[in-house]
Parts: sequence; structure tokens; C-alpha cells
Amino acid sequence: MASAGGAAPFWRAAGMTYITYSNICANLVRNCLKEPFKAEAISRERVHFSLSKWVDGKPEKPTIRSDPTEH
Amino acid sequence: MFRRATTLLRRPLMGATSRRFSTDLPAAAVEDSSFVEAWKKVSPNVDPPKTPLAYMKPRPATPSSLPSKLTVNFVLPYASELSAKEVDMVIVPATTGQMGVLPGHVATIAELKPGVLSVHEGNDVTKYFVSSGFAFIHANSVADIIAVEAVPVDRIDANLVQKGLQDFTQKLNSATTDLEKAEAQIGVDVHSALNSALTG
Repeated sequence: MASAGGAAPFWRAAGMTYITYSNICANLVRNCLKEPFKAEAISRERVHFSLSKWVDGKPEKPTIRSDPTEH
Repeated sequence: MFRRATTLLRRPLMGATSRRFSTDLPAAAVEDSSFVEAWKKVSPNVDPPKTPLAYMKPRPATPSSLPSKLTVNFVLPYASELSAKEVDMVIVPATTGQMGVLPGHVATIAELKPGVLSVHEGNDVTKYFVSSGFAFIHANSVADIIAVEAVPVDRIDANLVQKGLQDFTQKLNSATTDLEKAEAQIGVDVHSALNSALTG
């Protein structure tokens, strides 16, 4: 492992956290799969959420998002 | 507001045992004794509720002689690939290089880089490509490998890997900000690792 006080990994030095790095790696691997597995993997990692902005203490109309994973 | 401060401050001293390493495991089921005592003082007639610790099955104790097999738990966020499987050896793709783990390996925590994890059992070798993760090897020859994404090597499409490698090499050359460079570098690393997994 990195020596004590030694250089951080390049992604850490560029301001990225480990979890962002790990998720990017996982997405890249998923994109390189053969067909039935690739579709399964992408559908498995799809996230559905409903987002609503609050203005003056009241929620506005929510937007529903079902994006495939983004960074 | 500060009435509980003295009790709260006293708690770490009550433990008195030095902090154990995360690779040490309790050999027997542990009950939180200070919680149980405090409970009994307040309501002696009611049984104390079980804490999550009481439900955990104790890990096997560190044997005094070298065990013959390594117990591997290989987990992903969505599935448990290998659960308490007894194997002869695993080779994990640590950031410091391919690391072979045999029964009786010293307790280690290793961060994994994108690479191939191979599980050797007798004459069978199963290879998985791991995107990144960690491997915890405990003193009692139990290895916990956790990864975000792991696929058997035969599920990787060589054309997509080549294409990805070219794309990211181009992006690396044309990247301007640090973040873009880092992302392109990650792309190049992952795709090169995928490539060597397919050819190696």
C-alpha cells in the first residue's frame, strides 16, 4: 500500500473520492460485457427517483427520473 | 443537558481493552456487557433486548496450526458469489500487484485494482474480473473479498474493450482539466486490465 505520507493515487490528487472512482470502474466494466449480461447489468443498476424542489416551504411538482447510472 | 456527560465520558475508560485490529475477530458470541448491566439497573425484571452483536455468528477462532483450506467469502452489492467456500488458494489483484493468498496468510487488508481474481480449488481455476474493491484476509484463514462489480472472464466482449481502450486513450491525449485527465486515465487503466484479462 502507499507509503505513509506518500503520493496519493492519481484520482485522489485530481479531487475524486474513492467511491466515485470505484463507481466509474464498475460502469466501465459493465459497458464491456457481452450482450445478455450487459443488458441485465444495466437494468440492475438503474435508479428510479422522484425529485421535487421546495420553494417558500412548499414542494413544487416532482420530476420522476429513471436514469441509468451516471457519475 | 450535561447530566449524561460524565457517564458518556466514562464509557471508553470502562472498556480498558486496547483497540483490536479490524482483522481480529471475536472467537465467541459477544454480548455487550456494559449495556446489559445498565439495563438491569434500570429495569431488572425485563430481559435486555438483543443487540445486533448477539445475532452475529462468531467467526472461527484462529487455529494454532496451519489450516489446510482457505475459506473465501466473495461478495458483490447485489449477490454473494462465493459464501464460505473452502479453497486452496486465491490470487487477488491488489494495487501492489497480484497477491496470492494461501491458508495461514498473515492478516492483511488489500485495496484491489481492476484485474483478475482467480480461485484455485484442486485442479479447477475460476477467474473473475473485478472492477475494484477490497480484500480482507483474517488471521483464521478466512478471506472476505468485496467488489462493486465482478464478472466471469468469459462474459467480457473483446471488441467493446478494444473500442473503449482507443476512446479513452484519445480522451487522455485531449484532456484539459485534472478531473478529465483522471477519468480518462481510469478508463485507460480499466480497459487495459480488461484486455490483459482476455489475453492472459
